[in-house]
Formats: sequence, structure tokens, C-alpha cells
Amino acid sequence: MEPTLSPAGIAALTILLLPLAAAAVIAFCTQRDGERSANLSIGAIALSFILSLGLFFFTGDKAQEITFNWLSVGDLKVSFGLLLDPLSKLMLLVVTGVGLMIHIYSRGYLHGDRSFSRYFASLSLFTFSMLGIVLANNLFMMFVFWELVGVSSYLLIGFWFEKNSAADAAKKAFLTNRVGDFGFILGIILTWVALGSVNFAELASALDGKAFPFASLTEPLGKIAGGTHWWVVHPNVLATLVGLLLFMGAMGKSAQFPLHVWLPDAMEGPTPVSALIHAATMVAAGVFMLCRIFFILDIPGSHALEIIAWIGGFTALLAALMALQQNDIKRILAYSTLSQLGYMVMAVGLHAPGPAMFHLTTHAAFKALLFLGAGSVIYACHHEQNIWKMGGLREAMPTTWRTFQWGTLALCGVWPFAGFFSKDAILAAALEHQNIPLFVLGVFIAGLTTFYMSRLVLVAFCGNARSEEASHAHESPNVMIWPLKILAVPTLLAGAWGIDAYIGKAFPGGHQPHNEGFWQNLFSPFNHNILAAAFGLLAVVAGYQLARTLYVNAASDPLPDKIGVLAKLARDRFYFDELYEWFISVTQETLAKVADWFDRWVIAGLLVRGTHGTTELFGRALRLVQTGSLQTYAFLFAAGVVLVLAWQLLQTHAH
Amino acid sequence: MNVGLEHYLTVSAMLFCLGLLGVILRRNVLVIYMSLELMLNAANLALVAFSRFNENLTGQMMVFFVITVAAAEVAVGLALIVALYRKRQSAHVEDLTSLKL
Repeated sequence: MEPTLSPAGIAALTILLLPLAAAAVIAFCTQRDGERSANLSIGAIALSFILSLGLFFFTGDKAQEITFNWLSVGDLKVSFGLLLDPLSKLMLLVVTGVGLMIHIYSRGYLHGDRSFSRYFASLSLFTFSMLGIVLANNLFMMFVFWELVGVSSYLLIGFWFEKNSAADAAKKAFLTNRVGDFGFILGIILTWVALGSVNFAELASALDGKAFPFASLTEPLGKIAGGTHWWVVHPNVLATLVGLLLFMGAMGKSAQFPLHVWLPDAMEGPTPVSALIHAATMVAAGVFMLCRIFFILDIPGSHALEIIAWIGGFTALLAALMALQQNDIKRILAYSTLSQLGYMVMAVGLHAPGPAMFHLTTHAAFKALLFLGAGSVIYACHHEQNIWKMGGLREAMPTTWRTFQWGTLALCGVWPFAGFFSKDAILAAALEHQNIPLFVLGVFIAGLTTFYMSRLVLVAFCGNARSEEASHAHESPNVMIWPLKILAVPTLLAGAWGIDAYIGKAFPGGHQPHNEGFWQNLFSPFNHNILAAAFGLLAVVAGYQLARTLYVNAASDPLPDKIGVLAKLARDRFYFDELYEWFISVTQETLAKVADWFDRWVIAGLLVRGTHGTTELFGRALRLVQTGSLQTYAFLFAAGVVLVLAWQLLQTHAH
Repeated sequence: MNVGLEHYLTVSAMLFCLGLLGVILRRNVLVIYMSLELMLNAANLALVAFSRFNENLTGQMMVFFVITVAAAEVAVGLALIVALYRKRQSAHVEDLTSLKL
């Protein structure tokens, strides 16, 4: 049956397929012509962006769904479907909007690169996959695009694959994500087995008001575990398990502890890639997914959310501490991304998916701005990334400086920048749930964030130039400056646009933010929850003051002298990489030894040599029988006849 | 003493065994051939005995055929052995190994 498409459905499908078409055309036709490839890719995402704007403004808040049957295996029916609701429409806007800016910026940043076309093809492929995740209406389709995003991320991190570090980083990101994805698919399968569907809308209605939705699974699982009654799974344990398995997917993509190690290394890719994929959109996919399946996590009796909240908080703290002692401008931003992702995950865990999505949206804008600003700085300093070799860029690059400053203010959460509103919403959610430890943690991380961002700004942009490159730096070309300027607008204003109220429509129940107009929104955090706002701002002031006393006109980092071991720990990222390396080498070594033993003795020894040996033995024995003497054969023949006869006769005699 | 079927069959079996022993143990092709004939005649004796004691002539009919075919076979077999002897100057089986690997 041919499904009839509404105009909105056609638009959504076009948004999804345009970047794919661009990627295909670039791959098959315009490989040679870099300029044309770039224009194609930019054109595709620009059209997608315009269509997304249209969807955002001209379609109602009611969720729409279009579905094509894709495959059905037994009871499992997987459809290829698009879901348009406030959540996906907002995310569409974020992905295509930020994506468009970064496509344009890339045109300047990578100008003259040998593989210009390959870059834009990968970028378009990524956009397609990301839009697929956003629009997916069921878990399987989401998983397919989830993996596609992983592939395009791999391609782009390893874009400069001639560099060993880039190739290794790409591999690391891919493999680390595999760990998370394994949990994700287990979670999807468990969900399907227990609830009989993978479609979000059907799942939501199946879960609605059910006391123990996973009860149907307890018996079969108990049977697998032993078949007797001594091992009975409580439905709540299962609900928690499913929630956590699904969260594992987010843990990989959104780089939450303990799978956070790949994100900082992913900075080996070109800076615009870091901005688009590893700061603004892809890493946010995990948070988006958590919000999408929030109703599964939020099953009464499930403890998944509490664990998710603490993992998010812990990641945020850990990453903020690591960021304190990094010297690479992109790595500082990478750790701050980790930390902010931790914030968002923590918000989901605090039963506040709305603020999580709000922070995701604002973060996408200002973190993309920060990364593009960092890219501009790196470009100006001839690919120097160490902040201690910069300095004094404020005068040399006024536009970059201004926009970077705004991005920093937004990231730190200074009123009236966008970051303040979303961070405040998360802190308020922590207070609302009476979760004082997480609230304190959140405020502390806000202070840390301000501290390390101020360190970055004071060292890289203020003071005097510390190297030859930095003193000769000049402003980047217009194609790179304009995206910065455009991204600065949402960085300043997105907080009070009423995005939180728009997201609220996707999560009925609980406290609902209202859109009371721009000026009202601007002050609503102070009216709504003054404590959260006050503590948030206090943390910012404290962090800035501390950074100012330490880093104004500093020639080198004074922090290691002051806090000693902690600084070294932070600089070496708390030895997680070494720990994993050790762990992997130990397990791998053992596994390899066992496999080697098995291969040597069981496969090669028992099976291969055994078969060969026994056959040969039999052959040798049988060869003796073949004497070549007719008389021996005649004797054997006669003896055989006698034996058969004797046996026959004895048989008949016995009866 | 009344001679019964079992006596005939015993003689036939003994003749057959003697023939078989000759085939297995002797090394001269001619003697082996003679032993074969002995085995054939042991079978003939058994057939005639059965025929006689069952008052059914089919067995004797069979024996006539066997004797006829055996006569033809002797002609061919002896000719082969003589030809072999002429070629190899030996009728000993252990010398006839040209088919052995």
C-alpha cells in the first residue's frame, strides 16, 4: 500500500534525503572538483535548514508520523518511519542550522586541502545520518542511523589518516562506541521482547499506566538463569536493566564515564568536524535519545534514572577537573563538552528531559561557536594549538575575540547569555527534586567551568604574544568570520526565546515552563527559582576571580605549584587511558594465550593431527592385509564363509 | 550299515575341504587347478545326493550342466596354464607377481 504523504511528511523526507543525495553526487560525480562538491554539500544542507525552519514554524505541535514498511521477520515488523514532534523539529533545526554554519566555515578552513571533496561527502553523509536519528520513529531505525553516525564520525576523525594519531583516534572512537552500542542493541531487543514493539508511540501507549511492564519477561529470563524458582527477577530490576542498557548507547555516543575516553582524542579531526560532530550534534545524539525514550527510563519502580543522574554528574566533574590542566585549546573545549554533556545526562537523570534538551540546544550553538573560534585561532597561528604559545590575540583578531568571548560567557552561564538559562534550568531541576548533592556538584562544576574557560581566554587572547606565530596572527577570511557572527546571535539570545516552553510540549506533566515573551523570559529564572540562579552566578564570579588572580599576564601555569599532585592527575586525565590500556592488554593477552593454546592443542592437535593420524594408522594396518597373494585371499574368503556359516548354524541351533 | 544322506554329505564336505586346502596351500598352478576341480566335484556329489534322497531329478540335471561347463573350463584353464608355463618356464604361483606393485 502506498502511504499518502502530507506536505509536512514530504518536507521531512526531503530534509532527510537531500544530504544523502549530495553525498552520493559528490562521491560519484564531482570527486575531482572540490569547489563544486563544497557548493553541493552546502546547498543541500541550506535547503534542509530552510525546510526545517518551515516545519518548525508552520506545523502544529501535534506529533505526526509517516511510516513505510521496511521489513518484517516473524513478529518483528520494522518500519522506516519519520516522527515529527516538537522534540525532533527542534533538533532538526539545531542539526541543520549549526551544520549549515559549519559547512560554510569548512569551505574556508579546509581551502586547498587535497581531499576537499571527500571531506564534504563525509560531512553530508554525517548530516544525513544525524537527521535520521532525529527523525526516526522507532528504535531499530534509530540504531541503524546511530551506526551510520558512528561510521561518518570515524571517517571524519580519521580525515587526515596519514597522521598516525588521527587514524588511531578514529579507531579508538569507533571501538569505544561499539561497547556502548552493544548495550544499546541488547536494550532494544529486551524492549522488543517485553513490549512487542519498537515504535516510540506504540511503546509509550504500551507502557502507559502499566504497573510492571517488564513482568512478562521475568519468567523466561528466570528459566534461562536456572529454570527453578530460586532465581526470580523482579520486574523492577528488569526495568532498571533495560533502562541502563539503552543508556549504554548514550554512554558511548555522548561519551559518558566510563566510555568518555574517545572524545578528547577525536579532536584529531579537522576543527570544523570537532565543532559539528564532537561538540554540537553527534555527541548530543545520546542525550537526544535519552529524551526520546524518557518514558522507558521513567517507568515507576525503575532505578535507571538515579544511576544515570550520578553517572552524568560524575562525568561532568571528572571532565571539568581534567580540563583544568590541558594546554591544547581544542582539548580544553573537548573536556568542557564532556562536562556539559554530563550536565545534560544529569538533567535527564533528574527527571528533567526538558532542561536537558534546552541545554543541548543552547550548547550546540555556543560550543559550535567556541570550536569555530578556536579553529579560527589555530588557522591564524599556523596550526599552533598550545594556548601557552598564543597570547595577545585580542587585538589581532577582533571579531574572533568578540565572538569567542560571547561563547565563553554563554558556556560559563553568565546572564543574559543562552547558557545561563539552560544551566539554571538544570540546577533548578536538581533543587526541585531535593537532590542537594547533585545541586552542589552542579554549582561546583559551574565554578570549575568558569575557571578553566577564563584560563583559556586570559592565556590565549589577553596578555602579550608568547610566540612568533601568535605575534603575526591576523583575522581569518570572511567565509570563516561570518559563521562566527551568525552563531553569536543564538549564543546571546537563545535563552529567552522560549525554547524551554517549546520543548515542554514534548514532555507533558511536571513543571511546565511558559513562554511569556522575550523580556519576561529574560528575568524568569530569578522569579522562578532564585536560589539556583544565585548560586549559579556566584560560582561564575568565584571561578572568574580565581582564574584572574592566577592567569593575568602569567608566563606559565602557576597551578601545578599550588595543588601539586592533583594538577598532574588532571593533566594526565586521571590515568584512565593507561588504565584501559592495561586492562585491555591484560585481558587481551590472556584471551590470546587461551586462544593460542586452544588452537595449538585442540584445533591443530586433536582435530587436525588427530584425524590425520588415525586415518594413517588405519591405512597402515589395512595395507598389511593387501598381500597380493591370491591364496591368502582365498584363505580369508574361506575363513569368512566358515565364520558366517558357524554363526548362522549356532543361531539356528540356539532357537 | 545303512548309507544315508548324511554320509554322502560328509564325504562331499571332506572332498570340498581337501580341495580348498589344496587351493590355499599348494604353490603349483596345475595342482591348484586340480584342487579346484576337486571342490567342484564335491559340490556335484552333494547335489546328486540331495537329488537322490529327495526323489527330484533337478539336482542331477544341474550336475550334468556343471560337468559340461567344467569340461569347457578345463580346456580353457589348461590352455592358459600351458601358455603361462611356456612364457615363464614356471608354474609356481610365487613367480607370477607381475601384477603386484
